[in-house]
Amino acid sequence: MVRAEQVCKSFGALTVLKGVTLSVERGQVLVLVGPSGSGKSTFLRCINHLETVSAGRLYVDEQLVGYRESRDKLYEMSPREAAKQRRDIGMVFQHFNLFPHRTALDNITEAPVHVKGVKKSEALIRARELLGTVGLADKADAYPAQLSGGQQQRVAIARALAMDPKLMLFDEPTSALDPELVGEVLAVMKKLASGGMTMIVVTHEMGFAREVADELVFMDGGVIVESGPPREILANPQHDRTKAFLSKVM
Amino acid sequence: MTAVGASAPPPIDAVPLRHPWRWAGAAVIIVLLGLFVYGAATNSAYGWSTYGEYLFNHRILLGVSNTLQLTAYAMALGVALGIVLSVMRLSPNPVLQSVAWAFLWVFRGTPVYVQLVFWGLIPTIYQNIQIGVPFGPSLFHLNLQSLSIPFLLAVIGLGLNEAAYMAEIIRAGITSVSEGQSEASTALGMSWGMTMRRTVLPQAMRVIIPPTGNELISMLKTTSLVTAVPYSYDLYSIASREIAARTFEPVPLLLVAATWYLIITSVLMVGQYYLEKYFSKGISRQLTNKQLDALAKAQTDAGHG
Repeated sequence: MVRAEQVCKSFGALTVLKGVTLSVERGQVLVLVGPSGSGKSTFLRCINHLETVSAGRLYVDEQLVGYRESRDKLYEMSPREAAKQRRDIGMVFQHFNLFPHRTALDNITEAPVHVKGVKKSEALIRARELLGTVGLADKADAYPAQLSGGQQQRVAIARALAMDPKLMLFDEPTSALDPELVGEVLAVMKKLASGGMTMIVVTHEMGFAREVADELVFMDGGVIVESGPPREILANPQHDRTKAFLSKVM
Repeated sequence: MTAVGASAPPPIDAVPLRHPWRWAGAAVIIVLLGLFVYGAATNSAYGWSTYGEYLFNHRILLGVSNTLQLTAYAMALGVALGIVLSVMRLSPNPVLQSVAWAFLWVFRGTPVYVQLVFWGLIPTIYQNIQIGVPFGPSLFHLNLQSLSIPFLLAVIGLGLNEAAYMAEIIRAGITSVSEGQSEASTALGMSWGMTMRRTVLPQAMRVIIPPTGNELISMLKTTSLVTAVPYSYDLYSIASREIAARTFEPVPLLLVAATWYLIITSVLMVGQYYLEKYFSKGISRQLTNKQLDALAKAQTDAGHG
């Protein structure tokens, strides 16, 4: 589903990703961990072309992200083509980024109706269904400011799911939440994973990683230091940097 | 925590705080106001009978109508061009950026009165407009001096000046919307235009509307400068130059003009209040009465269950 080959990303003179190679199969859950500034969020943002890859190749569903390739030459995608590519990739942000001027329900129907052209009545039925899935059926008419952080993040997940994505990206979805609200968001994510959704999750929740992830990747300094089944890495890290990091977060 | 219920404490019944100085201050102001009103009513220089005579005079009403039209057209031009300019300034295209910057530099950097005089002189500077092949034959010919276009020139002059200010107001509104909003829209597959239209501008409106209301009110009053073009059928020109110059009673006619400006401004302020309310949707955490009732109901239901 996702294949990264030597992905590099630099902002001016600053190099954030120094050749990341990994792959995620359909239905797999990959958890990315690492200290802040290690490039994990940047890598995630490259996958749906919110950032442009500076070197290497990144494929989603065997399609090159952000470029068209013909006769060994890359052509920049037009904004329209890039937008089309993003439709199939759901993203959940650390700070939720719900639309504050729309109710929970309207947040969810916004993209299906205006981007995909789904009928409003159909989108509303689907949106109520999704709100039920994330346990917020009674909050349909609430504005984001009236919801707790955990509730907002669950609406944000429902909003991303409304586009029927084939891949979901989570950028530290629980980092801005009160500790007692983290569980409700993780529960929704677990449900998604067990439903067969392909997911890439940047998080510091090691319990989630151990329980849900098929593969755990530890990044530092823009490179993958270590990767493998989460139980092995968490119980028996091979590299000193992994050991040092894990001893701090566990 | 102990069990809730058995004997709830009685509601607080305290003596409210007194504010004697507020009453004293209000009394002093009312007395001073009364003195002023009495003085104005008895001073013949105010010419209240003339005021009453001309308040609904048909020339004055024509002036009101012309002033409203000038305001509406100039403001519409200003807002439309302002949106274009602000988007140009925020665009990644350096050509568009520089053009917008230069426009702002000129139109914000010179007095509007000077600009209006200049627009009035356009038919003198450019006596003929020809459209055709450069250095070749002419396809279209227009003699500007033969046209009577002071109203149009006044609208253009006021509108272009306004556009420079509106551009900055709109740009401030757009940049006030957090980057996460356009990022979330982009991630949902929205185009740049749709992100602007459906996510960014509706939220920017909350920031844009109050200063735009100011601009509109200010525009209403700036129309009194169009005499520089010269255009002489707006409210102020008719009241002071046409009627007062004939009756030699400037004060009552100034009051007539001031009254009409004040009435229009008041109507605009009411409209602004409702617009602001509309665009502040979702900003407050405060629950609506309907939502509070639903929550209270849930609470009592849970209590009994």
